[in-house]
Amino acid sequence: MTTNIPVQEPGHNEPGVTDEASNLELKEVEGLSQGQIVRRRFFRHKGAVIAMIVLAAIILLSTTSVGVTIGPWRTPGWWPFTWDALTPVENRTRPSLAHPFGQDEVGRDIFALVMRGTQQSLSVMFIAGIIATVIGVVIGALSGYYRKAIDSVLMRFTDVIITIPIIVIGAVLGVAFGSLGASVLGVVIGLFSWTSLARLVRAEFLSLREREFVDAARVAGARDRRIIFRHILPNTVGVIIVNSTLLMAAAILLETALSFLGFGVQSPDTSLGKIISDNQAAFATRPWLFWWPGLFIIAIALCINFIGDGLRDAFDPRQKRMPSARALAKGKGANAVTGDVAAANAPIASDLSERDGGQGTR
Amino acid sequence: MATFVIRRLVASFFVFLAATYLMYILTALSGDPLEDLRASTAPNAAQLIERRIDLLNLDVPPYLRYFIWLGGVGGCFIGQCNLGFNVQGQPVLEILGQALGQTLQLVTFAAIVAVVIGVIIGITTALRQYSTYDYSVTFVTFLFFSLPIFWVAVLLKQYIAIGFNDFLRQPTIPPLAIVVIALALGLIAAGIAGGDLKRRLIAGGTAAVVTGAALAYMSATEWFLTPSLGIVVVALTAIGLAFAVTAISAGLRNRRALYASLTVAVLAIVLYYPLQFLFVSMTLPLFLGLAIGTILLSGAIGYFWGGHDRWQSARTAAIVGFLTAGVIALDEFMSYWNAYSNSSRVRGRPIATIGAETPNLGGNFWVQGVDSFTHLLLPTIALILISIASYTRYTRSSMLEVLNQDYIRTARAKGLTERTVLVRHAFRNAMIPVATIIAFDIGAIVGGAVITERVFAWTGMGALFQNGLERTDPNPVMAFFLVTGTLAIIFNLIADLVYAALDPRIRIS
Repeated sequence: MTTNIPVQEPGHNEPGVTDEASNLELKEVEGLSQGQIVRRRFFRHKGAVIAMIVLAAIILLSTTSVGVTIGPWRTPGWWPFTWDALTPVENRTRPSLAHPFGQDEVGRDIFALVMRGTQQSLSVMFIAGIIATVIGVVIGALSGYYRKAIDSVLMRFTDVIITIPIIVIGAVLGVAFGSLGASVLGVVIGLFSWTSLARLVRAEFLSLREREFVDAARVAGARDRRIIFRHILPNTVGVIIVNSTLLMAAAILLETALSFLGFGVQSPDTSLGKIISDNQAAFATRPWLFWWPGLFIIAIALCINFIGDGLRDAFDPRQKRMPSARALAKGKGANAVTGDVAAANAPIASDLSERDGGQGTR
Repeated sequence: MATFVIRRLVASFFVFLAATYLMYILTALSGDPLEDLRASTAPNAAQLIERRIDLLNLDVPPYLRYFIWLGGVGGCFIGQCNLGFNVQGQPVLEILGQALGQTLQLVTFAAIVAVVIGVIIGITTALRQYSTYDYSVTFVTFLFFSLPIFWVAVLLKQYIAIGFNDFLRQPTIPPLAIVVIALALGLIAAGIAGGDLKRRLIAGGTAAVVTGAALAYMSATEWFLTPSLGIVVVALTAIGLAFAVTAISAGLRNRRALYASLTVAVLAIVLYYPLQFLFVSMTLPLFLGLAIGTILLSGAIGYFWGGHDRWQSARTAAIVGFLTAGVIALDEFMSYWNAYSNSSRVRGRPIATIGAETPNLGGNFWVQGVDSFTHLLLPTIALILISIASYTRYTRSSMLEVLNQDYIRTARAKGLTERTVLVRHAFRNAMIPVATIIAFDIGAIVGGAVITERVFAWTGMGALFQNGLERTDPNPVMAFFLVTGTLAIIFNLIADLVYAALDPRIRIS
């Protein structure tokens, strides 16, 4: 920490933020709208920006290479093989020029399979993320805004869902609905992973509803719906966005874990977890069946986690970024902003939900 | 307080009742429990089907069958537990007992190690915020956090188990590997040490040289075939521990505490040879008794050395005693390593990848201990890698939050030593939220190792759940859920109470 601590200005109540630091902060956000500040801070987080580019590249690669299959429709891709076509085994299934990721024992092209699996995992992730966010926000908002009986009922309902480990509910429902495909699996995962978000949104609402601007809106004659959605909700958007990304990272790990256990996506379709599970026994002889799907899972989850971290840095009004001595010196000299200080000084609430993600998938 | 606990428990009870109903219906409706018999060509298939229907009450529809099950569970309150039977006709209660034992064995050690390492890394990164070390750890934590555990587990099986077992045939470390490992550890040490260039160079250099020398010695003497510490290393470690623990827990300036720790360390060294006679006929109760006795005795030594804060000396001495006893026990376990790995059941490939123990191994307490260790090693590493990330992040943010508080500045301003500020003022307060997280995690952990158990073929709670689910067999699934759900509720409550007890600003009502 700093060794020389200047006196704080009266009325300046952020502990630990020195004058120099807060001046730098002020200079940085002068004359900018909220959106601009958020964008700026996000783009300063190098890890998050790189993660976003990588994720976009993965999405583009997986959708264009083997094409997208929705029901009976299938768009063509530039890759010569499709994920379900059997091709003659070449080069004893080892990676070759024609099949850079190799083939499995029946001759399916691993690159095409991994691309299909990536599509499936991504769609599970996005569907689960959207559904969980909507449910979590609505339940949290109603519960926090109305309190009393509605709060009790909704929170007890949330407790019922929390009590059931998500991998358990995912497995039970995966057995029943997994054969219906990745999108249904995504819906199922989404329906049961909104609990942490609902709790966080509720907590935000409980404190925001006591603020003056809510009173002002009520006195002006605004209805409950307007107060909830136009006045309070925009103030909670940081918490919501950050936790939705973390939910999505958890969803993709959960989907692959369920498919690995055989409770997720079923044959003949495939997913990243399923490719690993199918080829687990062949690891000693054909490790590439194993490395590629795993690397794609890690890449996607890592990207989402980094984007979530960048968003947390960008949105969190509580963040206290103590610039390093070097950055302070630089700021003094050239009036520059502290560009290299990007690591998360994460607040506890969002770390809590970060935990929730890992928990279910041990 | 009492009303809070009671109200909470009553509400949780009804919530849990609803959750079990939901689970039961979902499991029962997820498939056909008679599938295997229907496809069977056995001449008495019809009879078998009838018997199973009879045993599991399959003629009752699930939404009513639940109440039969609930009645059996209700019997637990009057001492007649009946959790039903699984499809093979075994009573679930019996299987549950075994499964719970295996899972606890698996997760307890992993949880403790993950918490300790996670907290240490979290604190060091918080103290060296925005350093290269901090950035690297942040990246690695994110990476661990994004790892699918089944993938890690299979990799560990392949590379560590098979790789290390092959390594034992020719247990020499190539010089290049020694240099790389030593340099890596040196870099980490330099990162943790922080400060100016000189300090970092000294710390990094020392760590690198010591590691390199130790590895070279191990390689030259084929240490991995017959590992042991011996009296010299035990003695050095004991003295080192005495100084290190005192420096952190009481400060080296507290002479009484230091003398107490050194007394304990010297006592341990003196008792090293006499203890060997006791070790020959070791049993588990004796082992645990010795551990507790060591803590009490060392605590008493610390207490009688006294000083201005008796309990501080007692605590310091007790920690030193416990750790030193651990080192001596480790030495004893190591002395059985060779016998273990050359036994007819193990045949020189000690790192196991399947199950919880080598069947029909025999041997005494120490050999059994080594056997558990080799079976626990890989799943424990996998579990630790995954769960360490959240503890690290959590401790780091909590510690940073505390370090930015005004009372820390006050403590520094009034001239307290850095150790007192960090250990007494910062660390204790930073641990409040972490403690609640740990309490919360213990509740979740019993059911949380489903995938790890599957990859390493442990027949624990995860297997109970998974096999039940695959056969559409609600009773084992519900037994799993009953245990995990109850633990989750109880430890959630404990987490809240712990928070209120540790932080007087929080009132529960």
